[in-house]
Amino acid sequence: MNNAIEIKNLSKRYKNFLLDGISFSVPSGYICGFIGQNGAGKTTTMKLMLNMALKDSGEIEVLGKSGDDESLKEELGVLFDQPYFQEDWNPIDIERAVKPFYRQWDSKAYHQYLAKFSLDPKQKFKAMSRGMKMKLGMAVTLSHDAKLLLLDEPTSGLDPVMRDEMLDVFRDYLVEEDRTIFFSTHITSDLEKIADYIIYIQDGRIVYSGLKDELTEKYCLIRGGEGDLPQDKRKSMIGLREHTAGFEGMIEVTETGGFPPEVVIETVTLEDIMVHMSRNGETL
Amino acid sequence: MRIVLAYQSGVPIYEQIKEQIKASVLSGELPENELLPSIRQFARDLKVSVITTTRAYNDLELEGYIQTVPGKGCYVKRINGDLIKAKHLAETKTAMATAVRQGKLAGLTTADLHHLLDETEGTIK
Repeated sequence: MNNAIEIKNLSKRYKNFLLDGISFSVPSGYICGFIGQNGAGKTTTMKLMLNMALKDSGEIEVLGKSGDDESLKEELGVLFDQPYFQEDWNPIDIERAVKPFYRQWDSKAYHQYLAKFSLDPKQKFKAMSRGMKMKLGMAVTLSHDAKLLLLDEPTSGLDPVMRDEMLDVFRDYLVEEDRTIFFSTHITSDLEKIADYIIYIQDGRIVYSGLKDELTEKYCLIRGGEGDLPQDKRKSMIGLREHTAGFEGMIEVTETGGFPPEVVIETVTLEDIMVHMSRNGETL
Repeated sequence: MRIVLAYQSGVPIYEQIKEQIKASVLSGELPENELLPSIRQFARDLKVSVITTTRAYNDLELEGYIQTVPGKGCYVKRINGDLIKAKHLAETKTAMATAVRQGKLAGLTTADLHHLLDETEGTIK
């Protein structure tokens, strides 16, 4: 099996939102980041993948099985932006509650993760900080030998130190082959170093799906002073912003010829791409 | 083996990894048949994506520095004549740079340097 996730022509209409026949695939064995602005359709897509919302049309295949195959759940590790557990339970109670759902539950691994994340097995869920709750959620997610992690905004609301620890957990998980992580985030800096693939969604449509490096190597930032922008280059500019003393914007690397030597050309980050694309409202 | 990555340098990360492994192979610090870290382990250690290390290893294999043995891992290859040549060239360049720097400190002109080079070459058979 080459793709951990295969989505074809998936549509879902809500009152104020349309997921418009999206298609993409996620190769197994890598980290794939799912980016897009708030409200672009990230959570909707993930809910459809998990059969937590009903699709209007399209096909969803996860780990070679249809999205509504219940046996799939055992092979997935799922974490949405906030894990929900009974407030008065501690990690030991939580293990007792979730264990029966997984044939592959590994109690030893669970307790190792608790120790690694410095979580007290006796502390009540309600007394935990947001970071601790996320770590507890990850401990549960990682303790049943999941082949695919589906994580929705797993790092949002965490401080930089905690986010870095979270990313380390992902890296450790991926050392073994045939494991895949698909995670949505709007904190694109988390993805710059870690992600292999990027799926970029904008207003319910996929605007990019492919290697992260190919995306960031395709574009560059360009800045210049007044009069440095040739007329014929105007249409190539993405997210062009002009001001009294000059201009700035994004452009394809192959289009950088023809500018005066005074302009500054810099590499782009995913964040730059998102910002400029949304300014333009165009597809890649 | 030493790998130090500069994230803001504009040089692609896979390129940096590749060049630094190459340097370690050429200097002999990574001897022939030495087992390199696995692609996945290395990505984790360097905090880079798996694709990045894969790309670096693929390039090194294409350029003849390492060899992948399926199911076992990546090994440093026996360095061929061209590689040794490349190594000597690199060392020559370093030594030359030192010589020119020192010469400038001594106030030598370009012509003086050329003259000195001819003279030195004449003394070495």
